[in-house]
Amino acid sequence: MPDYNEFLERIFEVLKPFAKQGVLLNEDCELVAELGLTSLQVMELIEQLEDHFDMSIPLNILPDIRTVRDLARALEKLES
Amino acid sequence: MSLFDKFQPIADIQADLKELGVMPFGAVTEKLLSSTEAIVNGHKVILAGTNNYLGLTFDPECLEAAKRAIDESGTGTTGSRMANGTFAEHVALENELAAFFDRRHAIVFSTGYAATMGMGSTLAGPGDVIVLDADSHASIYDGVRLGGADVIRFRHNDPADLEKRLRRLGDRIDNTLIIVEGIYSMMGDQAPLAEIAELKRKYGGLLLVDEAHSLGMLGEHGRGVAEAAGVEDDVDFVVGTFSKSLGAIGGYCVSNHDQLNAIRFAIRSYIFTASPSPSVIASTRAALRLMQERPYLRDQLWDNARRLYDGLKALGLEVSPEVSPVVAVTINDRNQAIDWWNRLLQHGAYVNLVMPPASPTDDSLLRCSVSAAHSPGQIDRIVAAFAAVQN
Repeated sequence: MPDYNEFLERIFEVLKPFAKQGVLLNEDCELVAELGLTSLQVMELIEQLEDHFDMSIPLNILPDIRTVRDLARALEKLES
Repeated sequence: MSLFDKFQPIADIQADLKELGVMPFGAVTEKLLSSTEAIVNGHKVILAGTNNYLGLTFDPECLEAAKRAIDESGTGTTGSRMANGTFAEHVALENELAAFFDRRHAIVFSTGYAATMGMGSTLAGPGDVIVLDADSHASIYDGVRLGGADVIRFRHNDPADLEKRLRRLGDRIDNTLIIVEGIYSMMGDQAPLAEIAELKRKYGGLLLVDEAHSLGMLGEHGRGVAEAAGVEDDVDFVVGTFSKSLGAIGGYCVSNHDQLNAIRFAIRSYIFTASPSPSVIASTRAALRLMQERPYLRDQLWDNARRLYDGLKALGLEVSPEVSPVVAVTINDRNQAIDWWNRLLQHGAYVNLVMPPASPTDDSLLRCSVSAAHSPGQIDRIVAAFAAVQN
């Protein structure tokens, strides 16, 4: 079962293309406000994580997620 | 920060459009000339974005039925189906829908939105699972969010992706509802329902299909994609609308599950709203009958769909993936889409402008819908309008 750091690492990997010049990806990065992900891109991110970890990620978790850390913690909780 | 701050992006777009002198959202139809022509925003246009698939909105029999219902039953029911708003005609329409779909039970709703939203929010609740196609209509998304079930998306029209998600559910499949549409409203593409039904047979769960854009178009009797694919027995619930091929407003759900009669009284969008007006029910009943009596309307619709699709494709435009009564032209640049929409209107064609997030991708769409009532000449004029704005 993946742990927090494994989730984090994968999220960083998927988000690489969204990191703007001069912005370092870190746990505090906000997915929409800072990285500029559209709602469609958030959905694609979720789909990629579902496939990579072979897990179900319900959309219901999204309203509580702002940062990379929020997402990694939510995935950890889903798998616990 | 105020409550109003979140609406600023919408206000900004409105201001941009006003600057351009364009009013694509909420365009005003000033006068209807027929089911296919009108004066919109001051321009005489061919209506190529009204979902009036069978062109029945001005059919004399539908008009007469509606007028008679007003004289006999008044302008409105003034109450919920659960209280004073169930008239004999509502029950008759439910019986006629059940007979048409060859199902045991039917529910009539006041709108199509209320039907899909209501079924999605009621069938699956907290602890249950909904697996839905990513491109599902907003009414489906709104419903499932309200219901509180765990909502999992699969990639649009991708059975292999659906299978992965069903497999991951394990035992939870027993309380899972799969939701797809027959024809998708934005691009007009059909669900691969035979493959989806096969997955349902393999893994389990219940299947709900929204046939809003396919009623009267596909299958031997016009019951939609499920009939055309030969998988009606695998579809637990069919939902749809009266506001497209039947030319009125309202929605329905049909099913063979006897539990539908209990479910009816748990659907808040059914209970806590007034029932459809007598005239709406009357014209819908007439249209449902005419749809069955006039199968040639379906042939005319598909001939027109093919003519428009081929015409737009021949112009080199990026059209939707398959021939359908919905033909969408993808425009990458939002401002170009707005400009084309405006110029199409000036050249005599009204289509729908669709921008993200309403479009399924980050592109904008000029979405056309075809009617059986369009003449071949009108279809050619729509194509000619696109050719004019393209240059």
